[in-house]
Amino acid sequence: MSTVTVTEAPSGRDLLITSSPHMHSRWTTKQIMWFVVLSLLPCVISAVVYFGFTQLLLIATAVVFAAGTEALIQYLMKKPVTVSDGSAVITGLLLGLILPPNFSLVFTALGSVFAIALGKMVFGGLGYNIFNPALAGRAFLQAAFPVAITTWTIPNFAVDSVSKATPLAAFKFDHVLTGFESLFVGNVGGSLGETSAIAVLLGGGFLLVTGVANWRIPLSMLVGVLVFGGAIWLIDPAAPNPLFHIFAGSFLFGAMFMATDYVTSPVTGLGMWIYGLAISLIIVVIRVYGGLPEGVMYSILFMNAFVPLINRYTRPAIFGEAGK
Amino acid sequence: MNLKTFPGGVHPREEKELSEHCAFEIMPDPGVIILPLSQHLGKQAKPLVEKRAAVVKGQVVAEADGFISAPVHSPVNGTVKSIGRESNSSGFVKEALVITPTAPAEGEEAPAPILLPPLDVDSITPDQIRQRVKDAGIVGQGGAAFPTFVKLSPPEGKHIEVVILNGCECEPYLTRDDRFMIERPEAIVGGLKLIMKALGVASGVIGIENNKPAALESMQKASAGENGIIVCPLKTKYPQGAEKMLIKAWNGREVPPGKLPLDVGAVIQNIGTAVAIWDAVTKGEPSITAALTVTGRGIRNPKNLIVPVGTPLKDVIDFCGGLTDDAAKVIVGGPMMGVAQHDLSAPVMKATSGIVVLTMAEAKGEQETSCLRCGKCIDACPLHLLPTRLARLAQVNKLEEAETEGITVCMECGSCAFTCPAHIPLVQWLRLGKQRVIQMQRKRATA
Repeated sequence: MSTVTVTEAPSGRDLLITSSPHMHSRWTTKQIMWFVVLSLLPCVISAVVYFGFTQLLLIATAVVFAAGTEALIQYLMKKPVTVSDGSAVITGLLLGLILPPNFSLVFTALGSVFAIALGKMVFGGLGYNIFNPALAGRAFLQAAFPVAITTWTIPNFAVDSVSKATPLAAFKFDHVLTGFESLFVGNVGGSLGETSAIAVLLGGGFLLVTGVANWRIPLSMLVGVLVFGGAIWLIDPAAPNPLFHIFAGSFLFGAMFMATDYVTSPVTGLGMWIYGLAISLIIVVIRVYGGLPEGVMYSILFMNAFVPLINRYTRPAIFGEAGK
Repeated sequence: MNLKTFPGGVHPREEKELSEHCAFEIMPDPGVIILPLSQHLGKQAKPLVEKRAAVVKGQVVAEADGFISAPVHSPVNGTVKSIGRESNSSGFVKEALVITPTAPAEGEEAPAPILLPPLDVDSITPDQIRQRVKDAGIVGQGGAAFPTFVKLSPPEGKHIEVVILNGCECEPYLTRDDRFMIERPEAIVGGLKLIMKALGVASGVIGIENNKPAALESMQKASAGENGIIVCPLKTKYPQGAEKMLIKAWNGREVPPGKLPLDVGAVIQNIGTAVAIWDAVTKGEPSITAALTVTGRGIRNPKNLIVPVGTPLKDVIDFCGGLTDDAAKVIVGGPMMGVAQHDLSAPVMKATSGIVVLTMAEAKGEQETSCLRCGKCIDACPLHLLPTRLARLAQVNKLEEAETEGITVCMECGSCAFTCPAHIPLVQWLRLGKQRVIQMQRKRATA
């Protein structure tokens, strides 16, 4: 609502008149978005450390094409260009970080254009998209370029990852269990930003501590993978143990940066728990029984579709109504 | 320490340091008194004096009209200059008496103020307490200005277990209740005992947010040895001072939508109300002064003041050194629920708790962006509403849906709008929607 200024006769001043509250928290959309950008820097650094400086070019391509696509569409639609809010930059960063090292720059650019144009802008832009744009972009690339997107690079400082495969693929197809130390520091095969648990936890921890990301989603995913992954492991010891589920592949990256995306996750507390638990259940099922070694992307995209339904059926009871 | 509180709420900057160390000062009579006849919830009081009539401090100049109403007393010796419509710090233009205070002529003594006969607190009866509160024109100091006498007269059959004194003062900036607790703890405990006696209740609780350590200590000392009275430190969180939130924090009970605290066995009174009751009973003082905090970075000398009711805001501001050059917004009440003023000739009223002046840097708002569906407003809403959803329904005028989803339950605390990173004026939309739903309900009732 706009501010009305009224001439104040006695002192000759203009006083601002607005409806209460007259104070506001420190948060703005822009600030939140740039905090998320900041939180992704440890993952960018780990990508450079393990896969070389050239990866910066890949990440930059994803960012530039994401932001450029958003600006171009807004300009063509004669809408205010809001690229400075940082949300398209995040989409580009996230997409870049979930691609394999040395992925084709042309394909990367295509993925970014798809992510923003068909993942976000067709729905009406920031706040209106159903699916996480970065994951939508990656799903497109997975469908269009299945070979390129599963071609992995041996990281620098690799110790026990003998093959180029990711730890999940190594486990699934060759029954090779990658050591936790490697999974933790990140000198294993995988997408650019996901290999180092330390980097993900550093950035994700920053989001949780600052209150940008809601703690319920990562926590419920963690609980979910421990419960579902643990149950399957107890029944069938040949299945990966729940800790391997957590530290291998995109689980942590997805839990911290993808599932916590405001726009595509539930708004109610109970809804967040249902969402997180369901994502974990699907991840475990795909990883253990599916044809693919990894399942984070599909699980989150699948659950994105249920968010409106979850929101509707998890409306909290109004204060004082529960006891009636 | 695990302090009692309620789920939800927000943590605005407290800003109490500007005035928390300022002891109450008594402001002299201003040049003119504008005495609104609607200083309480309910029907406006009926004037008893004519234009040009001489009035004496403490004289009843307007009588209560009906059950939910309160009499108005003259806060000064003076002459009635006019009776008419004057702007009011609640944001409306309402009926008011304008009184010109007169100083006694040379060699003459000012007429003695008209006080009520002091009563003995040990032998006083519940009916005498109620009558005194009614005669003194006391209204709730917590913001809604509900006539206190009505709260002390619960309907037959309601069982009240506890009286909770609200010392939360959860609005940022305000320090009036804090100062009362530091400076007049005996009056507060005495007032609480009178309220308990009037209601026949054995249990009294004084709830204080833990950002007021001096007040906590002072009240603990004053209530030590008093049977049935407990000081309860509460977590500092807005809106801890809302009646429903205070009860939730104290015993976990939730007041159902549309019901009152007494439906769950509680009566809440403000700290300032307890002081007013004590002074009315022991000294016979009617409600002719308002205790308020004048603060903010837009005012030169923040103070806690006792001012005659009816003093124009600009006189109070001038008494505090005036506005600074970058002052931009004058709020009556706290910054979370107070009313921005456009006319500083509007008067201080019985329930005015403060004047907060914000500078341009503090007052200017951010650009509104689209909803991120972050859910922060849902986490913040102490009544578990869905603010974004209700705001949307209000925008598209889907009033029936807004009604079933609880829009009328909203107490307009503003936590949702405070927390929204997209700066969507959520509570403002809810307020509008709520008004329209209430209009619709009225129409339905008369149809």
